[in-house]
Amino acid sequence: MSATEQIIHPAATIHPIDGLLRADRLPHILCPGCGIGTVIHGYAHAIAASGISEDKHVCVSGIGCSGRAAGYMNVDSYHSAHGRALPFALGIAVHNPELNVTVISGDGDLAAIGGNHLIHTARRNVNMNVICINNFTYGMTGGQVGPTTPIGAKGSTAPDGAVEPPFNLPYLAKATGATFVARWTILHVREFQDAMLRAMHKKGFSFIEVLSPCPTSFGRANKIGDGLHEMELYRERCRIENGATNLEDLDIDLLDESKAITVGNFVDIERKPFTG
Amino acid sequence: MDLPLAQIPEGRVHVIAERCKECGFCLNYCPTDVLIYSDDINAKGYHFPVVAEGKETSCVHCRFCDLICPELAIFTTDVADEEDKAGESNGG
Amino acid sequence: MAGKTVEAKVQAEQKPRVLTGNHFMLGDHACAEGALAAGLDFFGGYPITPSTEIAEHIAERLPPLGGRFVQMEDELGSMVAIIGASAAGARSFTATSGPGFSLMMESIGLAAMLEVPCVVANVMRASPSTALPTMAGQSDVLQARWGSHGDYGVIAYLPASPQECFDLTVRAFNAADKYRVPVFVLMDEVVGHMDERVIIPDAADVPIIRRKGPRHPPGEKPFLGYAPDEDLVPPMAHAGEGYKVHMTGLTHDERGYPALTPDVHDKLVNRLVDKIRLNAADIEMYEEFGTEDADTIVVSYGCTSRSARQAVNQARAEGLKCGFFRLITAWPFPETRIRELVKGGKVKRFIVPEINLGQMRREIERLTQMPVLRLNHGGGAMPVPEAILELIRS
Repeated sequence: MSATEQIIHPAATIHPIDGLLRADRLPHILCPGCGIGTVIHGYAHAIAASGISEDKHVCVSGIGCSGRAAGYMNVDSYHSAHGRALPFALGIAVHNPELNVTVISGDGDLAAIGGNHLIHTARRNVNMNVICINNFTYGMTGGQVGPTTPIGAKGSTAPDGAVEPPFNLPYLAKATGATFVARWTILHVREFQDAMLRAMHKKGFSFIEVLSPCPTSFGRANKIGDGLHEMELYRERCRIENGATNLEDLDIDLLDESKAITVGNFVDIERKPFTG
Repeated sequence: MDLPLAQIPEGRVHVIAERCKECGFCLNYCPTDVLIYSDDINAKGYHFPVVAEGKETSCVHCRFCDLICPELAIFTTDVADEEDKAGESNGG
Repeated sequence: MAGKTVEAKVQAEQKPRVLTGNHFMLGDHACAEGALAAGLDFFGGYPITPSTEIAEHIAERLPPLGGRFVQMEDELGSMVAIIGASAAGARSFTATSGPGFSLMMESIGLAAMLEVPCVVANVMRASPSTALPTMAGQSDVLQARWGSHGDYGVIAYLPASPQECFDLTVRAFNAADKYRVPVFVLMDEVVGHMDERVIIPDAADVPIIRRKGPRHPPGEKPFLGYAPDEDLVPPMAHAGEGYKVHMTGLTHDERGYPALTPDVHDKLVNRLVDKIRLNAADIEMYEEFGTEDADTIVVSYGCTSRSARQAVNQARAEGLKCGFFRLITAWPFPETRIRELVKGGKVKRFIVPEINLGQMRREIERLTQMPVLRLNHGGGAMPVPEAILELIRS
């Protein structure tokens, strides 16, 4: 073939990272413009780059669109109950400390119904990597408000706009004892991968918040447009501040155009990990 | 200056058309604007990315389209690697 | 461990896994020893009267044996942690009472759906809600069968003595592994909090029957973690063994992948029920005497059976044709045997004394369509033999 010709592949062709995915289940169920697929993709690359055997990687998820991630990972993967990914992962990690356990779940699953488990698993510093995909909504059930929905943002259970102050997840994670805390967006593909690799190699509770568009529920209700528009919002308003210490000031006010969104690897400390 | 040592790669674009959901991330973020939407649609009715006319040698194998794609529908390969492999098999 | 001397602590740490010998032991402790003898690897639990002694005992005994004890933040997490640990290969266990059991219900369904073996001890107390935390109840026997949403099968044992707390807990672990199912050990507070002789056998005499694993090496072909064998139980692979397991609470196919269709669901749920129902003969346990010629049969379980036994013995001594039937498994309920007993035509009525307002009596009524005399107490008090005897005489 000529040096320049592109290749359009038939469906069965393998993407270089397909071995780490249950490719027979692709395309996945997530909407066009949803960032969860990018997180799945990034996690797969991190597994490949980690130098840790695939057989030692385990993925646990909760319920929600983000929770569907476990079903697409070609490692031992567990799609558990709503809010319960963290204790499920704790059981695995404590029984077999050689396993590299990653939890992928959403803002509602981890911080609302799963909130108690979040604070205690972080407090214990159980060795696991937690990816909290924050799309500011309960996407799977049609766009209800959640604990990270910005004030004033519309949701199906807050038709006049959310009234509750949202969580600042990195601040919460730091306060409850996580030893690696980061916030990125799905736009920051390489930074996210580096953060994942750090988490995988670090013994302790790592918490990485990843902002993602939800064009179907959150985006549409709040006139953000499609996934690409929200990505542009991240691109324009994110500023990277690795090592930031004032996490209490780093709230996300997604709908206020004048407010920056601070991302970065914030916390990376050593504390005795929990062994049971 | 070590300019001769700085080789900008040339990439070949591979698209798994049936996976694409027309989100537009790859098109929008390609640093050299290589991609446009195809006229064709896949089985789900989405237009997938194709290399624009005149952009055939513009891909620099930065792999951003690969990494950003939520569907794992696009990736690039380094043309130089293919030529090396071809060279090896030709014994040259 | 508060207040223990260094010597006592060292002694505690040198104890073997199986405490072979004759003991005078608390029911809760005997249950804990049964779990240890059965090969317990992971305990995740939360304190609640009257089960706390199980957790405390395991906190002391398990870590020196190389196992893991975690006091979880709540019962919600406890149940899920033991599922996760079991998915990674552990024999796992938790202990609770009514309020905690209710909290665990959602994830009991998860364990049933994922077909992950685990054992839950529920030391029953008076219920509902907080009620009488320190006093006897048999309030959760129906809940053990039906408590989580949907249809699934479970196994539940009803110890009536500390010895049975030990024996039936060992049995529970083996049954959980054999059938890939959550198994309950339902002792009431009286049994859990009484001290009695417990004989623990040699380690070699403690049967340990582990879950069946994959029959091909990892990677040879896709592992079908939900393709049942003839016994309706699929083989199980654990995290880290290289089989690329997928487990989901969603309705799933034989690979474990979500398959959200009514046909797959109906087939799956029927198998979860049939797995226990069609293997009931292998699982169910009961004790009976005097039933062959009985016109009255007293059906009892747990601490109540101790009063019932005395009452029936006394009644028989008085010449009354009374039989004693003790449930050792609550579930599967020994339906076949009960039906056999009434087929003879001699049985005219049943007496089902319970420390609840009539839970197992419903099973007897359903199976026999016969009069059932009630002796029920809402919770907190054990029926005395005289009360049962009076009913037998009536």
